[in-house]
Amino acid sequence: MRYLPLSDADRSEMLRVIGAGSIDELFNDVPEEARLKGPIHGLPMHASELAVERHMTALSRKNVAAGDVPFFLGCGAYRHHIPASVDHIIQRGEFLTSYTPYQPEIAQGTLQMMFEFQTQVARLLGCEVANASMYDGSTAMWEAILMAHRITRRNKTVISSGVHPHYVNVAKTLAQFSEDALATALPQLDAEPDTDRLIAKIGPETSAVVVQYPDILGRIADLVPIAEAAHAAGALLIAVVTEPVALGLIKSPGEMGADIVVGEGQSIGVGLQFGGPYVGLFACREKHVRQMPGRLAGETVDAEGKRGFVLTLSTREQHIRREKATSNICTSSVLCALAFTAHLTLLGEKGLRQLASLNHARACEAADRLAAIPGVELVNDSFFNEFTLRLPVEARPAVHAMVEKGVLGGVSLGRLYPGVDALQNGLVVAVTETVTDEDIDAFEGALKEVVQ
Amino acid sequence: MTVNPSGWRPSAPANERGEVQTVTGNRALMLEEPLIFEIDDGESTGVDFAEIPQHRSRLGGLERNRDIGLPGLSEPETVRHYTRLSRQNYAIDLGLFPLGSCTMKHNPRLNEKVARMPGFADVHPLQPQETVQGALEVINQLAFWLIDLTGMHGVAMSPKAGAHGELCGLLCIRAALEARGDKREVVLVPESAHGTNPATAAFAGYRVENIPANAAGRVDLEALKARLGPDVAAVMITNPNTCGLFEPDMKAISDAVHAVGAFVYCDGANFNAIVGKVRPGDLGIDAMHINLHKTFSTPHGGGGPGSGPVVLSEALSPYGPIPYAAKYPDGSFKIVEEETADEEHPGAFGRMVAFHGQMGMFTRALTYILSHGADGLKQVAEDSVLNANYILRSLEDVLDAPFGKSGPCMHEAIFSDKGFTGDVNTLDLAKALIDEGFHPMTMYFPLVVHGAMLVEPTETESKASLDQFIAAVRSIAERAKAGDQSLKAAPFLAPRRRLDETLAARKPILTYRDPEVAQAAE
Repeated sequence: MRYLPLSDADRSEMLRVIGAGSIDELFNDVPEEARLKGPIHGLPMHASELAVERHMTALSRKNVAAGDVPFFLGCGAYRHHIPASVDHIIQRGEFLTSYTPYQPEIAQGTLQMMFEFQTQVARLLGCEVANASMYDGSTAMWEAILMAHRITRRNKTVISSGVHPHYVNVAKTLAQFSEDALATALPQLDAEPDTDRLIAKIGPETSAVVVQYPDILGRIADLVPIAEAAHAAGALLIAVVTEPVALGLIKSPGEMGADIVVGEGQSIGVGLQFGGPYVGLFACREKHVRQMPGRLAGETVDAEGKRGFVLTLSTREQHIRREKATSNICTSSVLCALAFTAHLTLLGEKGLRQLASLNHARACEAADRLAAIPGVELVNDSFFNEFTLRLPVEARPAVHAMVEKGVLGGVSLGRLYPGVDALQNGLVVAVTETVTDEDIDAFEGALKEVVQ
Repeated sequence: MTVNPSGWRPSAPANERGEVQTVTGNRALMLEEPLIFEIDDGESTGVDFAEIPQHRSRLGGLERNRDIGLPGLSEPETVRHYTRLSRQNYAIDLGLFPLGSCTMKHNPRLNEKVARMPGFADVHPLQPQETVQGALEVINQLAFWLIDLTGMHGVAMSPKAGAHGELCGLLCIRAALEARGDKREVVLVPESAHGTNPATAAFAGYRVENIPANAAGRVDLEALKARLGPDVAAVMITNPNTCGLFEPDMKAISDAVHAVGAFVYCDGANFNAIVGKVRPGDLGIDAMHINLHKTFSTPHGGGGPGSGPVVLSEALSPYGPIPYAAKYPDGSFKIVEEETADEEHPGAFGRMVAFHGQMGMFTRALTYILSHGADGLKQVAEDSVLNANYILRSLEDVLDAPFGKSGPCMHEAIFSDKGFTGDVNTLDLAKALIDEGFHPMTMYFPLVVHGAMLVEPTETESKASLDQFIAAVRSIAERAKAGDQSLKAAPFLAPRRRLDETLAARKPILTYRDPEVAQAAE
């Protein structure tokens, strides 16, 4: 077996040193009846690299890869070009095969990268501090709700109708087991986000208001009035960003008054990967840092006065605090954070702005072309690289019909909100820099045919 | 950017060991690397873009009107930056990484190649299901083999890591109890448990009570039985446990727990010791998470991403979360999510993550399982246990092995600091190992052993590698027993000497501040 270096001669010699007659003797603590008599039933015997690669290749070919067709899906996961050097960097064995940096003297690579990531994330989201990553955007949002609960000592959270429904469902699931009450609502196919309805729900017992920016339909809300209303009631504003590339062009939630900003970092440096692993972003005000979940790298010096980095404030964490820990996070998503920080370093201020501008320009062009199809309307007044169309037919069958024509033409709201009649004709379309003119032509042609 | 970015110079003049002062602060292949913020010139970028077409902006009047402050580096500078940083890390690719309970085994590169196939890497989680049949088949196949290997009934694939899997398992237990109208309040956790266990139980809304270990390092069955009652929802057991020992009374523990209507949660962090040899389902376990990043070799990546599917007993399977990949009689696969959950999986306690779990880890883990096969996985368990016992018996004359007398260990060997002289302690031994070119073992865990050193070599170490490690530990242990004070200052040869963690926590610096800003704030 190619991954096992011991030879039979090694095994015999080691058993001699141990003083055991056989390897089975080492399993003496396992009661006889619990021990399997032979290899586990059903699983084939070991296989060559070639054979396994063949098997997995065959499975991979049963999928339609986004890069092989005109592709317009978003809703929490975005297809961007990732520079080749990013994948090279994350495959460096010293990053790929290292552990959580508990021994800082021999983990400065990971720790410095985490510190740089924290700084980039804090600046991008417009906050003072950020942690070294969470599992993903949805779990980051739930952790933010819990953090607000700890800070305000209130447990009522108002969630905007524009928040990704899967994120809302994660929060609803976990709120069943905590003492949190969530007020949620379904989105409406309006040109403007739900700001007024949201503000009306804020009360003296509200712990936090949660807003997605841009929202699930792609609309962009000014967060200033929401922040003011939340703060006036003694509540916090949590902003959720599922497409951080947008922040290359639009104001950050932090600068508009959000107290906690969380997000899904996948769209910078991390591939689609059918939903994971991704990288949760989490940023907040410095005064709240001790209530923040997740790993943190901090600057310090070594015994000779050299600058270095360590994991810090870990008294919040469960390996120390046990049942008093601030969160369920243990492992985070450091390798994806490395991909994020390397991609963002390549982009820089200038590159991120250009990338965001290109996305917006392509989306504007596609929105105008698609909205010109008879019967198809653009819902949004505002958007970045994703917008919602109201079709004259149900969007879900339309999406499947477009698959027949070789186009992956957006996410139907019927998929996200099954059974909600008012949303069945909604189609959410994302247009990134990876979309070509020919892709837009193909989408336009396919959509035209399926809505007739 | 300055010539010597860290500002540090060795203060001592060249000595007989040839340590010399350099202008740059570098030492040959050990290269100092500044922060990206210090390299940045304010203009560079490493990405070229097509021209931006003319368009009418639709940003709702929220255009950004000031800079973010993001540094940008050209591609060569970027590659060099991260390559230099990488060289300051220890890694499995460099040597033995004996972190107990972490299973730092070799990460096969075929797994990486497979995960990057466009049909897996470039697939959107919300694509129409007819376009992702292969992805769903991967999830379904992996689920099938995880059930097979554990002898359980079902599996929840979506949890993102071990602790997340623990939460999933406890929420299944809670849902099962509530379904029978049985509200219970307490979860029992052995004092040797991973810190995640009590944290998870508290997160799931339970009160945590400790149960003691006996002198042989096992759960005290009588103490456990005495505490069991109608208020206990679950007992969380780690088996093999964190002392590296199998719980021989596991079946009796399960029976006692079931007799009071409670459930058995097993922390599967140590599954590597028994994979292919013992099925947790045969021991009466109701739920167990499997760290794919431990037993099934997906890379740890410096602290994640992990993946923590939870296998479930027949009693708990009806309550597992959505979504999951179901196979239909016609051979097709379908995601069961909110839309059809009411008909197909009405007991589901809800949803834990936005999409379908760690697909990138599923492809790697399935590749690993198929590579090893039934015979290879059994050999994995056997060699991991053999390697650990070889270390135990090769070191027990120089290091105290508190449970060494009671028989063989499983896949990890535990030692204590008994016999060290003066103030030399476990930390000092660990730091001295760094100078010898090894990552230290897990220290001060589990809490039930004084100055614990938990050594897990894994099956992917050769005998030569183990012998070198043993020689290094023996030498340092002898020095510790002799009270060698020079150990207090180790490591001497790593990229950094011991770091001041107290300073970091007292005055947290968590983001980079430009020197002018930092100065103004002083």
